[in-house]
Amino acid sequence: MATSPVTPVEEYQSLLGVLPGQDLAWLRDLRDGALRRFSDRGYPTPRDEAWKYTNIAPLLKQSFIPSFSVEQPHKVLPTDIATSLFADADMPLAVFVDGAFNSALSNLSALPPGVELRSLREVLDHDGASLESLLVGMTPQEPHGFIELNTAFMFDGACVRIAPDTVAERPLHLLYVSSGAGQPVASYLRNLMIAGRGSRAAVIEHYVSLGDAAALCNVATHCMIEPGAALEHYKLNEEGAGAHHFAGLYVEQARDSRYVSHNVAVGGRMIRNDLRCVLAGEGAECVLNGLYLGRGREHIDNQTSVEHRVPHCSSREWYKGVLDGRARGVFSGHVMVRQDAQKTDAQQMNNNLLLSDEAEVDTRPQLEIYADDVKCSHGSTVGQLNPDVLFYLRARGIDEIQARRLLVTAFAQDVVGRMAIAPVREWAERLITARLAR
Amino acid sequence: MSITAAKALRIRNLHASVGDKRILNGIDLEIRPGEVHAIMGPNGSGKSTLAQILAGRDLYGITADEFSYGGKDLLAMKPEERAREGIFLAFQYPVEIPGVSTVTLLKESLNAIRRHRGEAELDAMDFLTIVKRKLALVEMREEFLYRSVNESFSGGEKKRNEILQMAVLEPRLAILDETDSGLDIDALKLLADGVAKLRGPDRSFIVITHYQRLLEYIVPDHVHILAAGQIVKSGGRELALEIEHQGYAWLEREPGSAGRPLAAS
Repeated sequence: MATSPVTPVEEYQSLLGVLPGQDLAWLRDLRDGALRRFSDRGYPTPRDEAWKYTNIAPLLKQSFIPSFSVEQPHKVLPTDIATSLFADADMPLAVFVDGAFNSALSNLSALPPGVELRSLREVLDHDGASLESLLVGMTPQEPHGFIELNTAFMFDGACVRIAPDTVAERPLHLLYVSSGAGQPVASYLRNLMIAGRGSRAAVIEHYVSLGDAAALCNVATHCMIEPGAALEHYKLNEEGAGAHHFAGLYVEQARDSRYVSHNVAVGGRMIRNDLRCVLAGEGAECVLNGLYLGRGREHIDNQTSVEHRVPHCSSREWYKGVLDGRARGVFSGHVMVRQDAQKTDAQQMNNNLLLSDEAEVDTRPQLEIYADDVKCSHGSTVGQLNPDVLFYLRARGIDEIQARRLLVTAFAQDVVGRMAIAPVREWAERLITARLAR
Repeated sequence: MSITAAKALRIRNLHASVGDKRILNGIDLEIRPGEVHAIMGPNGSGKSTLAQILAGRDLYGITADEFSYGGKDLLAMKPEERAREGIFLAFQYPVEIPGVSTVTLLKESLNAIRRHRGEAELDAMDFLTIVKRKLALVEMREEFLYRSVNESFSGGEKKRNEILQMAVLEPRLAILDETDSGLDIDALKLLADGVAKLRGPDRSFIVITHYQRLLEYIVPDHVHILAAGQIVKSGGRELALEIEHQGYAWLEREPGSAGRPLAAS
């Protein structure tokens, strides 16, 4: 199929009729506004401070058609996704293929009482009014082009509501599959997670590919953590070599809530996460736990920000990166302590391990403090494997690859150890081992 | 349980250097199975370099007419291959390995060696039984097994950990690089016990030490004095006593090292 370059704006005009929530005037306004801003400002460039190390120019030369414009979506079989499931058959599972919910592959029969999981598309088409304040309210402060496009094109995603005081024993597994079939597609996903007052739950957002074909995934996830609620949120990226992944994660925490993010990124040509957590109620606590493993020419960029708005909140951020080959890692950690946020307790640390001379990392921890009675610390390190330690292990009969595995596993151990769900921990350990096989 | 034949170490005219700096200047040494050799010498004489080179450290430029173990050319073998053939170096300065426990190290190590010998890997139960027995031998508490290797260990604890590893791995050729330094007298006896338990017709030892004290407990068959990268004198047990009484200053007047300045410590 020969196509002349189509701009996102033209694309939007022609596809408007396919997007969900046709009857919702506010949604139409939201989409229009985002698209207007996008057509004014376009995609981010390396001149934007937050995009200094992540150049998307090569990506823009490739063409991706919106996944929802594909007339014959690729059929994915249960056997295709079998290896992406965790060893717990009773874990509720919602599968999205190329940006659209797939009920045949999903298993929602095991959803515990008090936990609702629906396709965003379905909610927008049938019950859209309930989402107005959420979707309108979640526009980030400084949206970049990808977020604007996400708002304009949001098509489907997971809409998760945990009813007040619900304690969900099992995590929910949200599996996003890129089929890689046919013409390269762009998926526009929007997830909403609402942890009701006093509830406890865990959600696993998991991105995989069925091959190494080019694909673009543009996702925004919004988490509302109501008073006293606790949400443990995993974001696992293990897409194929052709995958480009742009994600925004926006978290708002009410009084005495706890939010734990585990952000694990491996694989893919380019992964960019914008993670923003606002501590808006006293006594709220957030933990941002991150691990990125890059090799080959992979590029992984995590831009994180924590805003302490009110007193007596704590934030902990631990990100670790292991970069091999010609991989590049970028970490930016911004902690903002507002004037009212006395007694803030904020810690941030980013450690990096470079396994080759050509691997690279740019790390930028930043503290911005306007309150005077706070406890804040930050730091970052970049190091290599110690040759004396490698020699010691080899002198004990352990071959070089295994010695490196042991040391990288040890390096990542505290990050992996913080993950409360055992099957995910085991997945992460296997991944580290497999990635170092050569 | 030994299925590996006894092996001899043969070194002829071994030279080693780092950049322009010559460290070993023609070492000749033969160690037959069952023998215990002590190597003594002042600081900077090349003792530790020899130990590191035997274990396969690649920091040095090396030439030799012969450098073999059990008939195999050591220079063609990686450190892990030498270890699997039975060479064990107890490090003078054991490294700390945060995040890797001693029990993990021992298990990986023992199983790598067993695989090389064509033996089955040990299951967790059998492995722990063996390790706990050896642990008692070196009088270490079990909790040490589960701590990161040598992390925040005292000097003496690090050396005990080396002795533990030697006891578990049961090497054919063990090189003890100043394992005695930093050990109190009780620990010294444990080290000597550990060596005594392993000592046999098919195992050999190189005991590198600064002091003759250790040789009261581990009685060597041969003693060599290393100075400025050469073995300047070899003899029996009595040579160590001579050193004890006279120090190393007389070496400078000995033929063979004449005119060659000794490196200061």
